Amino acid sequence: MSASVTNMTRQPALLGTSGLIFLAVLVAVSVLVPVLNLAVAPDSAVHVPTYVVSLLGKYLTYALLALSVDLIWGYVGILSLGQGAFFALGGYAMGMYLMRQIGTRGVYGDPVLPDFMVFLNWKELPWFWYGFDMFPFAALMVLLAPGLLALVFGWFAFRSRVTGVYLSIITQAMTFALLLAFFRNDMGFGGNNGLTDFKDILGFNIQADGTRLVLFVLSALALGLGYVLCRFLVRSHFGKVLVAIRDAETRVRFTGYRAENYKLVAFVVSAMLAGIAGALYVPQVGIINPSEFSPANSIEIIVWVAVGGRGTLVGAALGAVLVNYAKTYFTSGILAPYWLFMLGGLFVAVTLFLPKGIVGTYYDWREKRRPHDDIPGAPIAAAGPAE
Amino acid sequence: MTDSATLESIAEAAPAAKKELTEALLYLDAVTVTFDGFRALNALSFTVDPGEMRAVIGPNGAGKTTMMDVITGKTRPDRGDVFFNGGTTDLTKLDETQIATLGIGRKFQKPTVFENHTVLDNLRLALKGQRRALPNIFHRESAAARERIDEIFETIRLTEHRDRLGGALSHGQKQWLEIGMLLAQDPKLLLVDEPVAGMTDAETAQTAELLREINANGHSVVVVEHDMTFVRDLGVRVMCLHEGSVLAEGTLDQVSANERVIEVYLGR
Repeated sequence: MSASVTNMTRQPALLGTSGLIFLAVLVAVSVLVPVLNLAVAPDSAVHVPTYVVSLLGKYLTYALLALSVDLIWGYVGILSLGQGAFFALGGYAMGMYLMRQIGTRGVYGDPVLPDFMVFLNWKELPWFWYGFDMFPFAALMVLLAPGLLALVFGWFAFRSRVTGVYLSIITQAMTFALLLAFFRNDMGFGGNNGLTDFKDILGFNIQADGTRLVLFVLSALALGLGYVLCRFLVRSHFGKVLVAIRDAETRVRFTGYRAENYKLVAFVVSAMLAGIAGALYVPQVGIINPSEFSPANSIEIIVWVAVGGRGTLVGAALGAVLVNYAKTYFTSGILAPYWLFMLGGLFVAVTLFLPKGIVGTYYDWREKRRPHDDIPGAPIAAAGPAE
Repeated sequence: MTDSATLESIAEAAPAAKKELTEALLYLDAVTVTFDGFRALNALSFTVDPGEMRAVIGPNGAGKTTMMDVITGKTRPDRGDVFFNGGTTDLTKLDETQIATLGIGRKFQKPTVFENHTVLDNLRLALKGQRRALPNIFHRESAAARERIDEIFETIRLTEHRDRLGGALSHGQKQWLEIGMLLAQDPKLLLVDEPVAGMTDAETAQTAELLREINANGHSVVVVEHDMTFVRDLGVRVMCLHEGSVLAEGTLDQVSANERVIEVYLGR
């Protein structure tokens, strides 16, 4: 057998069919929505009002957040129930920049101190607020704050070989600890109220329609780039090791790979993606407060990914948008008090009837229809033989 | 089993010198492992020479798997020495990954392959080469690597299965794939735990041939196996473990003629 046989082997393209469809939809949406917002008369049926633009922008940041969870849950088997913490940290970094942009337009008119600090009778800016008046610094912190937390947390957890449900529990403890910490006024992050009342972003009025549209398009761009990055990672040799760790970690160690380092890299990348999602989320919703750290939020992200299809990337984004659309729809009507029951029911139903999620189930269906070039005498079933 | 060289060094009462005087690839001396008061290994001593193939037999609970755990760094011994590479490397101070990198490959009792990767990717992952996380994001397969993988496919007779998922293989094929993955790591020493469990007679015979071939190519091999036909097929030195130490050692005929071996293992 010559080497050419190896060359003929199917290697999935960087962007498969579903990836191309996904990116095409993103491009279409980021063209259509601004057009329908700006160029169509407000009384037209197809006009997209600005509040919908921001709502859609929020969905896109959630989709990026879901993507970050799928990278570690779908491909490495790390079920993080604390992903919301990285999202919130990115959001706080952006929020701190937006607070510093308010300047003298705050209620108390202090040129440096945000309102809540004046209210708490603080005389000077805490050291960790330095630099946040500069956008590049804040942007760096959007990546560094979640990235560093993930690095330190992951380094200890993975080195100690904490896996499975124990890992999930300590990630949840991590976000809960941060929730409690950020609630405290003397932490210096606005306590219970968080950061809000933003005015400008990079000199542009944050309420203006144009700014909203740009933020929306940037969210779509971030989601698209995040998707391509994740695809690139999971297709690489590195990504194959990740899947191998998910399926047989011991074998990976005995093959000479430091499984903990691979997990750590994936975890840090995932945390940074979540941070970017949070940073884009905050200017579009206009507030960041400690409730973003709540464990329930992080669990909700897991539901999005499960609904869309774990380990498919596209599915995670789809699940985030679908579930959040449902949430918007149902929490604004008479069914509002029952939303959490519906969400819980959805999770149970998906686990029972659609364990691979929407996209995963579609892939299975497509695989079944594809003609197989079977090798005679070889079992087709993916499951191992009974022993 | 200490050889004469080691005995001399003990006489010199210089523990450090003992390591340098052994020429064995693998050297275990008085290794003891206790789990909750149960002695899984009891002052186990033996050596494996470079290029040697050795079969290990023994009843359940004799310590065969624990022995492999100690050699591969999964379990730390309470007492005793474990040295590799002519006594230059103390294995008790290293972890699984370091030991694997040194050149000790292990096949588990239950075949462990990457079920959601193709057979080809299974071998690619195992192939000796870059192991660090960040460089592997941009790793590209070399022509030499492709050739080596093709060779291994020939050896383990799975060439036409290369595009199937590891999980879709039959039990016997998985065992071979795992042996192939060991070969791809190019270890100096292969530890093979019950490779023919659950195999048909034909597969068993092929596996014996495969292991002899691997051994002939210069790899040292330690095979743990219950299947006596298979051990006879291998035609190598046999060591019988019992209660955590070596009960008998020699050719299969010598060992199976041993009174104690018959009593505790083979049965009358």
